[in-house]
Amino acid sequence: MNKQKVAKYFGWKLVRFIVLMIAVAIFSFVLLDLSPIDPVNAYLHGAAVSETQRQILYQYFGTNVPLPDKIFNWLMDLLQGNLGISLIYRRPVIEVIIDKFMASLALMAISWILSGVIGFALGVVAGKNKGSWIDKVVKVYCYAIQSAPSFWVGMLVLMVFSVYLGWFPIGFGVPIGVSSTDATFIEWATRLVLPTLALSLVGLAPIAMYTRNELIQVLSSDYVLFAKSRGEKGWDLVKNHGIRNILLPAITLQFLSFSELFGGAVMIEQVFSYPGIGQTAVAAGLQNDVPLFLGIVVISAIFVFVGNLLADISYYFIDPRIKENEFND
Amino acid sequence: MDKLLDVENVSISFIQYTRGLNQRDLKVITDLTLDISEGEILAVLGSSGSGKSLFAHAIFGILPENARLDGKIKFKGKELSQEDKEEIRGKNIVLVPQSVNFLDPLMKISDIAIGHCETEDEKKAMKIKQREIFEHYNLGPEVDDMYPFQLSGGMARRVLVSTALLADPDLVVADEPTPGLDEKTVQETLNHFKHMKEDGIGVLLITHDIHAALEVADRIGIFYSGYVIEIALKEDFSGDGENLLHPYTKSLYKALPANGFEVVKGYQPLHGEIIKGCPFYDRCDMRFDRCKKEKPELIDVGNNKKVRCFKYEEGA
Ligand SMILES: Nc1ncnc2c1ncn2[C@@H]1O[C@H](COP(=O)(O)OP(=O)(O)OP(=O)(O)O)[C@@H](O)[C@H]1O
Ligand code: SF4
Ligand SMILES: [Mg+2]
Repeated sequence: MNKQKVAKYFGWKLVRFIVLMIAVAIFSFVLLDLSPIDPVNAYLHGAAVSETQRQILYQYFGTNVPLPDKIFNWLMDLLQGNLGISLIYRRPVIEVIIDKFMASLALMAISWILSGVIGFALGVVAGKNKGSWIDKVVKVYCYAIQSAPSFWVGMLVLMVFSVYLGWFPIGFGVPIGVSSTDATFIEWATRLVLPTLALSLVGLAPIAMYTRNELIQVLSSDYVLFAKSRGEKGWDLVKNHGIRNILLPAITLQFLSFSELFGGAVMIEQVFSYPGIGQTAVAAGLQNDVPLFLGIVVISAIFVFVGNLLADISYYFIDPRIKENEFND
Repeated sequence: MDKLLDVENVSISFIQYTRGLNQRDLKVITDLTLDISEGEILAVLGSSGSGKSLFAHAIFGILPENARLDGKIKFKGKELSQEDKEEIRGKNIVLVPQSVNFLDPLMKISDIAIGHCETEDEKKAMKIKQREIFEHYNLGPEVDDMYPFQLSGGMARRVLVSTALLADPDLVVADEPTPGLDEKTVQETLNHFKHMKEDGIGVLLITHDIHAALEVADRIGIFYSGYVIEIALKEDFSGDGENLLHPYTKSLYKALPANGFEVVKGYQPLHGEIIKGCPFYDRCDMRFDRCKKEKPELIDVGNNKKVRCFKYEEGA
């Protein structure tokens, strides 16, 4: 393995990333352009204006420019990091996104880690004790969660912890009279608990199931048979051979789940009215905020791409075979 | 004196689900009987897919979950239960596995060889021992840090064999240790087994390579369609093969390039085929009526030899 090959490998990734981003940008733009959304109406919120003012606005939004020019302008702006002005927030899209994305990032990052760690642990316990009651419980849980929509899980969590137990308020908007930036850390943290819980509960199912099945397979592999024939047993066996061999693909899977994570967050934020990127995306969609919506699409594509890239990198660092082979072609 | 290993009437079958919920037993090994003494090399010669690896795994109690094992496996006179096997494996008995797939792909070679240690001191001691043995097998220090996929065929073989010796075993079970090796490496590998034998270790050499078997073994067990049909001495494989007893063994011997390449017609009945009489009946040129209706038992013919054929039964 040499540095040149690594550089070439990641160079290719970068090229793919750029191509992907252009494709996403153009595609989503064209889709929105074809939709009956009229940004001027969206901007006006139905306010009464004179026809001349309306024409000025059309000019400003570039609505009546031919499509290829529109796409070209949008790509150029995008290149300069200019995503336009949000129609509903009346602020630069990039600011809105950064603001909301930070809130979501906290939610997603914590859920991602929790679901990864707990899911993996559950999978290992279930796989090691295949056929036992604990394995059955984990399996039933995973099947149930994987077939349930995440907003439903969110509602369940809300019902149990807010309605039934009464530990948390039902709506998670900022307390009345406090602007969202003024909320204290404690308030903010409390708001985070239930959405994180719901998102983690959803996220741990695939990783637990995957880990369980992989572990069972590894435990019947030739190299585990050999280790057994040499007197290794119990947790030592699972630790030395099982976990070593499933951790890497599990981590990769967890990175690849960024898209589900994002999708889950959109749902969950809606249920808990958590002011993150998901809720913003829904608002942008419902209120025809085209610039904001496009910005979110682009950002989420980057987010998912980063997940895939991290998956590749994690593979590279953990598996000795990849270091040798992958970069050779 | 008790034998080191005594295998009596071992059979291995798989539970198979056929149409609907009907299940049936697929017998891979029907009747395997053999024994090994200290300082002896016994080769088990069987064609590929005949269940040799399964037999090796049965000794270690590592058969797949859906396999069923019957018969007795005795070690130093004591019949082994699954718990006993778990207790002595890796200590008194060690396995030389069939391929490099039996090495953890993500572990460094020296860590695999050393295996699990309870304490740091134990680990250090094992590390020293591992280096010594590797050195002896011509595996330089650079091998310690390699991963299994980096080993060449010959190196892998030597690693597999040397892992066996880290434990001071009484019995080594070597599963197919020679295929895919060049002549020189085959010779080397076989020499390692000779050295083990000289150290008083019993070696069960499982192979489909008759040359390898003849090269090092004291006795050779012939495995045919799920049965051990003869246990012959190495010396019997000489001359015209007149000292070999079973017609199949004779034909095997005659099929050797040096002895005229005569091959018997027909095929070995596969597992799953139910045969009423002698498993060799279809191909045997000495068969007689009884062979078709009854199954011959493995009989002791003295001098540590056994044969499964009616011709050698008293009064036949
Ligand atoms: N888990 C299993 N379930 C059902 N049948 C099995 C299973 N494992 C092995 N078998 C059957 O047992 C037979 C013998 O397998 P085994 O690996 O012991 O053969 P072998 O003599 O070692 O062959 P080789 O020379 O290829 O190493 C196989 O042909 C296969 O059909
Ligand atoms: S028992 Fe009969 S058929 Fe079988 S090998 Fe002997 S002579 Fe041949
Ligand atoms: Mg085999």
